[in-house]
Amino acid sequence: MATLRDEIFPIRSSDDIVKVRQVTREWALMQTFSLVDQTKIVTAASELARNTLEYGRGGEVRIQAVQEGPRRGVRLTFTDQGPGIPDLAKALQDGFTTGSGMGLGLSGSKRLVNDFDIQSEVGKGTTVMIARWK
Amino acid sequence: MERIPILKMGNFLLVTVQVDMHDRLAMTLQDDLTGRIVKDHAHGVLIDISSLEIVDSFIGRMIGNIASMARVLDAETVVVGMRPAVAITLVELGLSLPGVRTALNVDKGVELLKGCIEQRATANGHVAG
Ligand SMILES: Nc1ncnc2c1ncn2[C@@H]1O[C@H](COP(=O)(O)OP(=O)(O)O)[C@@H](O)[C@H]1O
Ligand SMILES: [Mg+2]
Repeated sequence: MATLRDEIFPIRSSDDIVKVRQVTREWALMQTFSLVDQTKIVTAASELARNTLEYGRGGEVRIQAVQEGPRRGVRLTFTDQGPGIPDLAKALQDGFTTGSGMGLGLSGSKRLVNDFDIQSEVGKGTTVMIARWK
Repeated sequence: MERIPILKMGNFLLVTVQVDMHDRLAMTLQDDLTGRIVKDHAHGVLIDISSLEIVDSFIGRMIGNIASMARVLDAETVVVGMRPAVAITLVELGLSLPGVRTALNVDKGVELLKGCIEQRATANGHVAG
């Protein structure tokens, strides 16, 4: 797999969430995603960036434009050193929230992408990787 | 502070949500709108989201909250102009907006609101208008 572009952006404020949405849109366009595919990856990015800020106490996202054979994709890796998630299975259920959200960020973004991976350790932090392919 | 303008259109309030709202702005809108429904004795709220490129669960929740608060204050809410790609994505995200009506554009939204309000007036035994 080839990485065409690779950058890291901070997630420290709600303006950074807007920035993550914009950058994800640009990169999805660069990878010639359809409008629906763009919308799906941007929506997932918005959900996960907000989780990084709200629950992970801030962190960063690594954005990669990738290519595997003829397939082009956008991959995002969100990382924080927050409190971690004690029960991942529960956190991935529709409607589960420990905050005041709708509990659709993790479960919903998983449905919006092709690849989804989450690693979390209590007291250490959380990493969520998503990718959408054209 | 940055704010989303709320316009009065007869008995209705019209909110046009601009591109890429950040979270604080969404919260402010929710508060402002509740205040205006009371102050202007509004019977309906139109939320135009045609310029929104995405709706995530945060904005979805805000729209749902506005609709519930409006209902408590005896006003109906209609969301207008949702882009097709946004609608498709919302379904996959798993977000349904119970009690929120949708219309293609502001004109259709106004028609829908008028219909709702007339119906309500008839049900209450009042003459509409
Ligand atoms: N980065 C994170 N760090 C710690 N906890 C998290 C993180 N992301 C998600 N969670 C936990 O998973 C739950 C579900 O997240 P999500 O599906 O996005 O729903 P919501 O944001 O509405 O709570 C959150 O309420 C929170 O408890
Ligand atoms: Mg969330």
